[in-house]
Amino acid sequence: MSTTPAGDTTRGTTSGTTLRITPAALLGSRRAVHMVERNVYVYRRSWIFLVSGFFEPFFYLLSIGIGMSSLVGPLRVGAETVAYPVFVAPGLLASSAMNGALFDSTFNLFHKLKFAHTYDAVLSTPLTVADVVAGEMGWSLLRSGLYALSFMCAMAALGDARTSWAALCYPEALLVAFAFSAVGMATTTYLRGWRDFEMVMLAIVPMFLFSATFYPLSVYPGWLQAVVRLTPLYQGVALLRGTDLGSFQWAMAGHAAYLAILGLVGLAATRARLGRLLLP
Amino acid sequence: MVAAARGTPGAVASAAAPSAGAQDTALVVARGLVKRFGQFTAVGGIDFEIVPGECFGFLGPNGAGKTSTMRMISCMSPASGGTLRVLGMDPATDGPRIRARLGLVPQEDSLDLELTVLDNLILYARYFDIPKAEARRRAASLLELAQLSERARDKVESLSGGMKRRLTIARALVSQPDLLILDEPTTGLDPQARHLLWDRLYRLKQEGVTLLVTTHYMEEAEQLCDRLVIMDHGRFAAHGTPLELIGRYSTREVVELRFATPREQADALALGETAQRMEVLPDRILLYTADGDAVLAEVHRRGYAPVSELVRRSTLEDVFLRLTGRRLVD
Ligand SMILES: Nc1ncnc2c1ncn2[C@@H]1O[C@H](COP(=O)(O)OP(=O)(O)OP(=O)(O)O)[C@@H](O)[C@H]1O
Ligand SMILES: [Mg+2]
Repeated sequence: MSTTPAGDTTRGTTSGTTLRITPAALLGSRRAVHMVERNVYVYRRSWIFLVSGFFEPFFYLLSIGIGMSSLVGPLRVGAETVAYPVFVAPGLLASSAMNGALFDSTFNLFHKLKFAHTYDAVLSTPLTVADVVAGEMGWSLLRSGLYALSFMCAMAALGDARTSWAALCYPEALLVAFAFSAVGMATTTYLRGWRDFEMVMLAIVPMFLFSATFYPLSVYPGWLQAVVRLTPLYQGVALLRGTDLGSFQWAMAGHAAYLAILGLVGLAATRARLGRLLLP
Repeated sequence: MVAAARGTPGAVASAAAPSAGAQDTALVVARGLVKRFGQFTAVGGIDFEIVPGECFGFLGPNGAGKTSTMRMISCMSPASGGTLRVLGMDPATDGPRIRARLGLVPQEDSLDLELTVLDNLILYARYFDIPKAEARRRAASLLELAQLSERARDKVESLSGGMKRRLTIARALVSQPDLLILDEPTTGLDPQARHLLWDRLYRLKQEGVTLLVTTHYMEEAEQLCDRLVIMDHGRFAAHGTPLELIGRYSTREVVELRFATPREQADALALGETAQRMEVLPDRILLYTADGDAVLAEVHRRGYAPVSELVRRSTLEDVFLRLTGRRLVD
């Protein structure tokens, strides 16, 4: 019977059925790894989707960076003057982290919840709702990490990374992905049908366009600046841009904290909601 | 194979009413178990225990609360009242440890549609922390059993309904559970697959696996179940071994009469006095009696000419009809 400890190849020697209650209950148990494993199984057969996402950043950087910079001259950021591609690259990295995270956590999650009923089977095994949430988040971060890595390679190759601080952009991009993934999942648990996605898009598209990704915040009137500052994407863009340029300010700690808290609240909400939806 | 499945050991000692001692060893103990969905009470306070090695059946019409009960036992739905212990543990706090020893065949197939047939089994095993090599080995042998080896590399979506059902059942066995919960396992199976499953369940029982089955097929219940309950409106209408239930709630034999027109059937209602009890269904009359042939002779003597007539033994279906006023399978 399955009560015999089964050595888990991914995590060494922990025994099979003793549930390890992690102190941070939000992280689920060690079994959350199997949720990641499931996604690996799925994408093993459709790796083309992963690859397409991998090349996307090159197209973005090339088209917007090179194309626009012939029209837009150097920009002043704080005390510095930087070329447009250097200005826009960290903003695009943050936006791409957001987009990737949202795709997984909204469309994909909705499909799994409403149509594929993927988790019904998972929850009849020792996995818990916390494991499901943690595992899906883990997968989302793995994928975002892959894309962020490709993006940063593209940045480096095109000479858009200003300082070696730019390496720090990698964990920061993951933080952005974490926050949006969590909020995306929490939001998705409230959606009733595909039509509700219109509402989601209504929130995402303006945020993407207005969040100082493509031009500095200073072009907006004061009231709009105040609104934009509140959006999570702006927080991410400001964090990554400051890091990329090596111009650190205390406000950036605030941006990071904002994203981290948003992510944790989103995770907790997702867990509570999924518990109610999946285990009525 | 059918013959093997028929060899259900008769009245197991514990079947009638488990003794006080049975409670300590019981795998599932429910006391006043309640499930509410908002204001609606789906399960209205039921008591039962399931002892190791038995096959316990839940019968009941649609909406009786069978699935709700199964889901509470599988720790997939919190109880709204009463107490429930599964494998000596509390589903509210020990869900993962309980589920590690359960095999579940849900009423609705919940296969992973994005994966192949084989990967469904392997991955499900992985959820139970079964090492990959072992998972592959078990998956291969279960595919054999489910007669799906040829479809191993196909996407689940391309399987027929019955094949999906077989895969779901195979999947429930991959963790080699101590307690197997089957919610209408044979729905959608063809007769051959159904008999194969009965045979397999019978062998699992012999190996010591405890079975919990819900079904709408009374011959299935009669063959497989040592004890069963008949559930209606969230409560137990009766419980006991199949033979006990038939003995208690029905007569030895039944005469079934079909008439050409509703009018003729209406006239025939006077036949009620020839039997112990009469049930009138839309398309036929059932006369319950100890001696079917004698009643049939009396029917003829009185000059009735049904288009079809049948004398048969009482089954659980008759018990069910008596208790719930409904038929098991419409
Ligand atoms: N998630 C739910 N929310 C609200 N009501 C529910 C829910 N699940 C079940 N019910 C209700 O509880 C009652 C019992 O349902 P259940 O599925 O347990 O019946 P059942 O005996 O399994 O029936 P069937 O033979 O049709 O499978 C039904 O009236 C059903 O509508
Ligand atoms: Mg049911």
